[in-house]
Amino acid sequence: MSKKRLFVKGNEAIALGALAAGCKCYFGYPITPQNDIPEFMSRELPKKGGAFVQAESEVAAANMLLGAVSAGIRAMTSSSSPGISLKQEAISYMAGSELPGVIVNMNRGGPGLGDIGPSQGDYFQATKGGGHGDYRLLVLGPGTVQEAYDLTIKAFDLAFKYKNPVMILGDAILGQMKEPITPWEPEVPEKEAKEWCLEGAKGRPPRVIKSLYLEDGALAKHNLKLAQKYAEMKKEILFEEFLTQDASLIVVAYGSIGRIVKSTIRTLRKQGHKVGLFRPITLYPFPSEALQVLAKEGKKFLTIEHNLGQMVEDVQLAVCPYAQTDFHGHLPGNLPTPNDFEEPIIKALEK
Amino acid sequence: MTEKIMFPKPQVLANRPTHYCPGCHHGLAHKLVAQVLEELKLPEKTICVGSIGCSVFIYNYLLLDTIEAPHGRAPAVATGVKRARPDKFVFTYQGDGDLAAIGLAEIMHCANRGERVSVVFVNNTIYGMTGGQMAPTTLVGQKTTTCPGGRCKDREGEPFKMAEIIGSLGGTAYAARTALNDIKNIQKTKKAIKLAFRAQLEDKGFGFVEILSSCPTNWKMTPLQANERIAKEMIPYFPLGEFKNTLGE
Repeated sequence: MSKKRLFVKGNEAIALGALAAGCKCYFGYPITPQNDIPEFMSRELPKKGGAFVQAESEVAAANMLLGAVSAGIRAMTSSSSPGISLKQEAISYMAGSELPGVIVNMNRGGPGLGDIGPSQGDYFQATKGGGHGDYRLLVLGPGTVQEAYDLTIKAFDLAFKYKNPVMILGDAILGQMKEPITPWEPEVPEKEAKEWCLEGAKGRPPRVIKSLYLEDGALAKHNLKLAQKYAEMKKEILFEEFLTQDASLIVVAYGSIGRIVKSTIRTLRKQGHKVGLFRPITLYPFPSEALQVLAKEGKKFLTIEHNLGQMVEDVQLAVCPYAQTDFHGHLPGNLPTPNDFEEPIIKALEK
Repeated sequence: MTEKIMFPKPQVLANRPTHYCPGCHHGLAHKLVAQVLEELKLPEKTICVGSIGCSVFIYNYLLLDTIEAPHGRAPAVATGVKRARPDKFVFTYQGDGDLAAIGLAEIMHCANRGERVSVVFVNNTIYGMTGGQMAPTTLVGQKTTTCPGGRCKDREGEPFKMAEIIGSLGGTAYAARTALNDIKNIQKTKKAIKLAFRAQLEDKGFGFVEILSSCPTNWKMTPLQANERIAKEMIPYFPLGEFKNTLGE
């Protein structure tokens, strides 16, 4: 067990976490603000006997991931918003084919080319499927560099546990921010895919990994199986509650915004305001029940996001009919500071 | 009198009728792939990457571990499989719409990187599965449902010559074009498939074989007329032969 502390960017923490988790193949394509990941992987993965490929496109990178995980190994791709749009084809196929790919999105501003600064504009895309068809990803939203490391390791475990693609949804803040982390080495299961992976049909019937179901009723049966899996994922729900117990107002925020809001909450508490933070860590499945418990206690809610309002819809669904949530959206183009959130929080508290 | 079976059915070829139209060459191409796989003792270590088009059900006919790739992406999927398991034999089986239109970037880069995978490319100058639309390989003047007046060189360009293009790339160890219109060409096709597979097995580089094939249904021809069209119209534009061979034979 390594106890050595490292001072690294969020992007590097994700790459380090992937290596610790036994990632054997990485496929990427340059795009800001996640380039540290492919650069790190191109340098370090071959030293561990793994393979790095700089793909011709995001489309190809995601399809390489699909191929690699079909062989039962741990593999990853990463990108940022416009590139993640291009990966949606393979992500949909991986969901339909029940393949455990890990995809990192260091969210930048959009739509279109947008900007290269931080944003949470991809929440809908990440949590509602993203590509075509009726499917979900497990989505993890780290708020610190240490959490980026920890959740990357978790992403690989969950991907194989559920045979489902997992997305790590960070942003340009998390990717570019440096913080100390304590790396740790998980136990990586051996041959965790031996029951289903492709390795040549030796001494057994051939295996087919596919998402095409043309026979009468076959697709319906398959999609119900997926739905059952998504329901089971609820036991993986993670969230952080900070000073919520006696709070009159709960601020709901995720990722780096959740972490910035935490600083605001600390300041406001010192001023005597009864405010708390609820930070979803799994964005899908969403911690609706925990939010509903707080709503039943009669608390007020304010959702803060780095977009014009996406997660707020999930929060509203969770807290109604016991409460309503207000919304404050920080616009793209700059980094929010804890001060930026004081006024909207006090306003919601006094409403 | 004793009977001797000269060309036994390969074990890896499933014992069931195909869904292919009468006179379609996919079944024949499948059989040749199956024969070569068995002659090289590969079935137990093979991962087949299927594609989208008429051959989407290839796993129903070739009894191999198989993954379905999205349209055009088989070379990228094969890259992922091979990088994950370099000890396995990996090949894709793709049509001309899949490989030469939507998948052009993937095939070019897979070949250029010299991925140790092999590609069987069935070129019948048309989108078969979707009902006979214009393909990137449709011949100038050929009528399809989306070029009803015939492909126009000035409007739609000339057909891609994939074997030549792939043969020009540094990572390619073997690139050839063959046809399935007569016995002689069928035998040559089998040889070419074997060389494209050996390019991978001998760690020489990327292996590619383009097979000129018929689509009587969408060409609106009898199987016999379709075979004649391969000789009279396709081969003059798509010359047969090897465009790269670094295997030393």
